[in-house]
Amino acid sequence: MKIDRIIPAVIAASSILLFGCPPKETTGAGGAPAADEIAIGHLASMTGGQATFGQQTDQGIKLALEEINAKGGVKGRKVRVITEDTQSKQEEAANAASKLISRDNVTAILGEIASSNSLAAGPIAQLAKIPMISPGSTNPAVTEKGDYIFRICFIDPYQGEALANYVANTMKLKRAAILRDVRSDYSMGLSDYFKNTFEKLGGKIVVDSSYSQGDSDFKSQLTTIKGAKPEVIFVPGYYTEIGQIAVQARDLGITVPLVGGDGWESPKLIEIGGKSLEGSFYSNHYHVDDPSPAVRDFVVAYQKKYGTTPDAMAALGYDSMKFLAAAMERAPSLDGPALRDEIAKSAGFQGVTGTITLGPDRNPLNKKLVVLEIKDGKLVLRATVDPAADAAAVTAPVETATAVATETAATK
Amino acid sequence: MRNWLVRDLAGIAVISAVLVGISYFLGWIPIPGMAYYNRVIVTIGINIILAVSLNIINGHAGQFSMGHAGFMAVGAYTSAYLTYFHFQPFLATLAEGPGRFALQQALFLGALLAGGAAAGIAGWVVGLPSLRLRGDYLAIVTLGFGEIIRVLILNIDKIGGARGLSGVPAFANFFWVYFFVCIVIIVSWRLVRSQVGRAFLAVREDEIAAEAMGVNTTHYKVQAFVIGSFFAGIAGGLLGHYLVYLNPGMFQFTKSFEAIVMVVLGGMGSISGSVLAAVILTVALEGLRFVKEAFGLTSDPRMVIYAIVLILLMRLRPQGLLGNRELGDFFRRRKGGDR
Repeated sequence: MKIDRIIPAVIAASSILLFGCPPKETTGAGGAPAADEIAIGHLASMTGGQATFGQQTDQGIKLALEEINAKGGVKGRKVRVITEDTQSKQEEAANAASKLISRDNVTAILGEIASSNSLAAGPIAQLAKIPMISPGSTNPAVTEKGDYIFRICFIDPYQGEALANYVANTMKLKRAAILRDVRSDYSMGLSDYFKNTFEKLGGKIVVDSSYSQGDSDFKSQLTTIKGAKPEVIFVPGYYTEIGQIAVQARDLGITVPLVGGDGWESPKLIEIGGKSLEGSFYSNHYHVDDPSPAVRDFVVAYQKKYGTTPDAMAALGYDSMKFLAAAMERAPSLDGPALRDEIAKSAGFQGVTGTITLGPDRNPLNKKLVVLEIKDGKLVLRATVDPAADAAAVTAPVETATAVATETAATK
Repeated sequence: MRNWLVRDLAGIAVISAVLVGISYFLGWIPIPGMAYYNRVIVTIGINIILAVSLNIINGHAGQFSMGHAGFMAVGAYTSAYLTYFHFQPFLATLAEGPGRFALQQALFLGALLAGGAAAGIAGWVVGLPSLRLRGDYLAIVTLGFGEIIRVLILNIDKIGGARGLSGVPAFANFFWVYFFVCIVIIVSWRLVRSQVGRAFLAVREDEIAAEAMGVNTTHYKVQAFVIGSFFAGIAGGLLGHYLVYLNPGMFQFTKSFEAIVMVVLGGMGSISGSVLAAVILTVALEGLRFVKEAFGLTSDPRMVIYAIVLILLMRLRPQGLLGNRELGDFFRRRKGGDR
């Protein structure tokens, strides 16, 4: 039984070789970066359940990186991004963050999109005093983990309030039904924030029912909702279920629009929902057809490089890289603490997803939010909530943010 | 006290001292990336506990359980609940010093054992009805129970529900993980060579024959299940306190599969096989991160290579790396020939 002895030995030896092979210090192609390069880590779910998030963000970041390096990099040094896969798993996210920090000596970390993964990686960045900027984690708890953790997207309470405000004040609707996903913390949180604000504004939640991620039959909930005669239905789930909910609602003769959050954002949404989604709308980080030059430039460059239309995650990834580069350029040195202080001071950064000014809790203040309507199978910009553009918005950030919902496109 | 118990306790004491030494040594090594390597080493340890504990159920007692992640979740959440809501606030009131340090270690050990006990109880509750089933049926039932446990946790708001429990105190470290690695290996080793272990093997080899010989098969199956679940709970507790974050998504059935892959790959019923497989698979998964860098690839081939390694291993060694033998047997020059 020679093979008995050989195979384990071969496997052990090869894994030791793979694992233990020393990084090529000089070339920069291997583990440690060459001295003149600035290494930035990117934690992304390149595989696993949220793979589309990670891949889109990564493409956005790579595009921004190209532009930065074409202009000579940061402080005259080229920037390099090391992308580590988190497999959409928390343990992997933590291991990957640790690898980036201690082995690759990254200056800062971009990522993750999913809040749960950011929560697992955050404490490691915090402990090592390496700034971490999340492009798309909307759960408020993420940045509460420490003063080295930032984000550039709006948070769930902001989104919920903005939507409630839009429905109650701009559309003047007073009766809403809620259909929430009990298995998603995102959906539960968003529903609560929407409900609170909507009721404060004089609206009435006529039914508050729920479903569970992965369900495919929503008829009983929808029948209850129909009986309560709402003027609008708030469904802050993920795109996978939304399409089916819309189809079944129309089958039951419900004609009122559905409203949702940024979880709706996906090319698949309209593919599944089709005509049933006509007239429904959701809030998002940016609108791909936005005529502003920043967005146009980004969309054109992205399409030229990848041949596809960038979604919100790509835009957020792009912004996070540019945002970080701007802070690095300003910082006196690239040490963790110095860079952290400089990121915290960021104000008025003009990104694709709006103007980013960080508040004391390391979340962006008054971030731009767009309301997109589905019309003729396309997304149409219906309203922009952009308090940063409104000079009057000063005092209480979140409340003024929602108070100035302005209708931009004449769509009604 | 019995002779072997004295010897084992003395052994554990010596090992503990050695582990403390190693943990200081590991912290001292001044090569770049050491923090990351330490992390990988601890992850390996947690996976060893998982694999060896599952091996008691799947390998020794021959009961195909697919709900290991569920018991891990019970242990993780129970111990994190204790440390996060009770011990941590209590410790914060004490003055800094060796007294507090010692108390913290003692409380952490208590929390881990409580987590293990809770997981063991869960294992007993699940095992009693379901272990009357066999083979495929048992696999599906345990898979279902594992998911039930996860969904239950998902709906308990006090411990975070779907948003997860963040801010679990960072009590776990190299020492505690490898301390329990030693415990689980010693327990498992002694178990197999005891009367109980012989009963496990009898149940595995032929349940009807075992029953005919007077072995209470249900009793022993449940016993194996409870012991395995206990250590899964410990592994969960260690993971939670090392990651300082818990999320029900971490304990999906894929986690159970990872443990099963380790046991099958190492060889069902081989303790050292489980250890070896846990080491190899964890190291491979992390080590393959460097393939992308080394060859300058744009997309990560890590999971593809990982899968190919698994397929090749199962093709070449269907009985697992070590079959049902132990590592020591290979060096003993085929004493008694192939089993």
